[in-house]
Amino acid sequence: MRVSSRRVRAIVRKELREYRHNGFIIWTMAILPLIFLIQPLVVVFVLPPSASVRLSHGHPLLYMLGIPALVPAAVAAYAVVGERQQGTLEPVLTTPIRRQEFLLGKALAALAPSVTIAYAVYALFLACVGLFAQPAVASALLRAPDVLAQLLFTPLLAGWSIWVGIAISARAGDFRVAQQLGILAGLPTAVVAALIAFDVIHATLGLAIVLAAALLLGNRLGWRIMSATFDRERLISGTR
Amino acid sequence: MSGREERPSPAGDGGVPALSVERLSKRFGDRVAFDDVSFEVGHGEVFGFLGPNGAGKTTMVRTLGTLLSPSAGAAVVSGIPLAPDTGPAIRRRIAIMPESPGLYLRLSVAENLRCFADLYEVPDPTDRIGRVLRAVNLVDRAHDACGSLSRGLRQRVALARALLSDPRLLFLDEPTAGLDPVAARDVHQLVTALSQRGVTIFLTTHRLEEAERLCDRVAILNTTLRTIGRPDELRERLFARTLTVRTRVALPGPDRVFAGLPAVDGWRQDGPATYVLAVSELAVAAPAVTRALVAAGAEVLSIGQSRHSLEDVYLELVDQVEEAGQG
Repeated sequence: MRVSSRRVRAIVRKELREYRHNGFIIWTMAILPLIFLIQPLVVVFVLPPSASVRLSHGHPLLYMLGIPALVPAAVAAYAVVGERQQGTLEPVLTTPIRRQEFLLGKALAALAPSVTIAYAVYALFLACVGLFAQPAVASALLRAPDVLAQLLFTPLLAGWSIWVGIAISARAGDFRVAQQLGILAGLPTAVVAALIAFDVIHATLGLAIVLAAALLLGNRLGWRIMSATFDRERLISGTR
Repeated sequence: MSGREERPSPAGDGGVPALSVERLSKRFGDRVAFDDVSFEVGHGEVFGFLGPNGAGKTTMVRTLGTLLSPSAGAAVVSGIPLAPDTGPAIRRRIAIMPESPGLYLRLSVAENLRCFADLYEVPDPTDRIGRVLRAVNLVDRAHDACGSLSRGLRQRVALARALLSDPRLLFLDEPTAGLDPVAARDVHQLVTALSQRGVTIFLTTHRLEEAERLCDRVAILNTTLRTIGRPDELRERLFARTLTVRTRVALPGPDRVFAGLPAVDGWRQDGPATYVLAVSELAVAAPAVTRALVAAGAEVLSIGQSRHSLEDVYLELVDQVEEAGQG
């Protein structure tokens, strides 16, 4: 099957324009990352230099992986049910677009701002820690492997979260319900990231490789499964 | 009389119709949307699809547009058989304008059209968008957000969107629903212009005068296909031919005047000095009736063929269905 990059780009461009004009989505994208940024910053700023020993045993920065685990699902929850609710799904599906192209366009459109926001918040956090935290605390937090893990896992987690969000969106009858369910569905991934961050699950290179491979496979399968189960008929007529 | 003069036969170019439907049915569980429907639409024909609410008109459009899969039967849409794997190929050749415009209200008219031009992979989209905007007379609103447009203008944007791919077969689902008379007239003019360019148009509508004015043939659907034909054919098929005679004063012995005239099968009085005559052949009956009236010394005000509108046909058929349902 040939995927038309032009049709995928058309969906991506349209989605990004819609996000720009949709205050509800912008707030969704902004609020969760702000919570993830402000609360740990406050904690880090008051940490004494002696805390650096405890910090160096864990990977507290990986806690920020909660952003790509939660935010994209909330954004992707709008993908199908949002179109359906505003009556724009039917005209799109009457064009030659294939469901694989439609879903890929939706996923990429949610991925781009989600990853950008996650990286931006992460960079801001690192900058604040580097500039304002106690030097010992900063050097315990700012470690190259953790930064690398963050860079690698952010798009992988976001991709998985997006497919979960789209799956919910394709079955939900209301956008707000889909968004709440999307955030709930992202929680287990965020919890796993937190458990690794606080060293409950011990982080190793082997574990990182296994998790990365699993997420990569999950993303590929997510697209395939969603494409196979995307039911034009149910979405258009509300019945089958 | 329809406003259209050309009346293409269902089998158009090379004998292959633009749309061929054979015993098509669609069910949603136990609910039947339409059942055992067969018809053909010729190339360049404007085909009207009429029926009451819930008759299955929109479901038919969605099925032929490959959004829904049929439960039974077959169809060939723009030369391609309707099948699970032919959806994209069919959708490349057709366009559907749904009843609700379904525009991205936060985006501008041009942004909406650009998105769909790319979905249809239209070559030189900027030029094409300019052409369709000119066709619907919306060039000056190209950069307005669709949400700021009136319903009539949104409908025109939806029509422009449907024209982007230069479709051979255009499905218009209630294109003038909710429009004021001026906006509806604009849509009518566009439909006529498209038809003159050879675009086949499948039009569902509730507006019977619209169907009568625009359509070469009409089908009346109420789950099953009730009738199909040219509006004047349907009138003739459903209603006996009649002559209406009006005189200044009532005839003293109308039976003596009308009885035994050639091609006059019967008569009834319809008012103090109005007579409705059932005739088998107008060309024979009309002169004979005129001569008989003159011979009887009647002061004739008018003699005319009784006209039935498409609305009469529609109501007659719907009434028949309701009576059958009650029976």
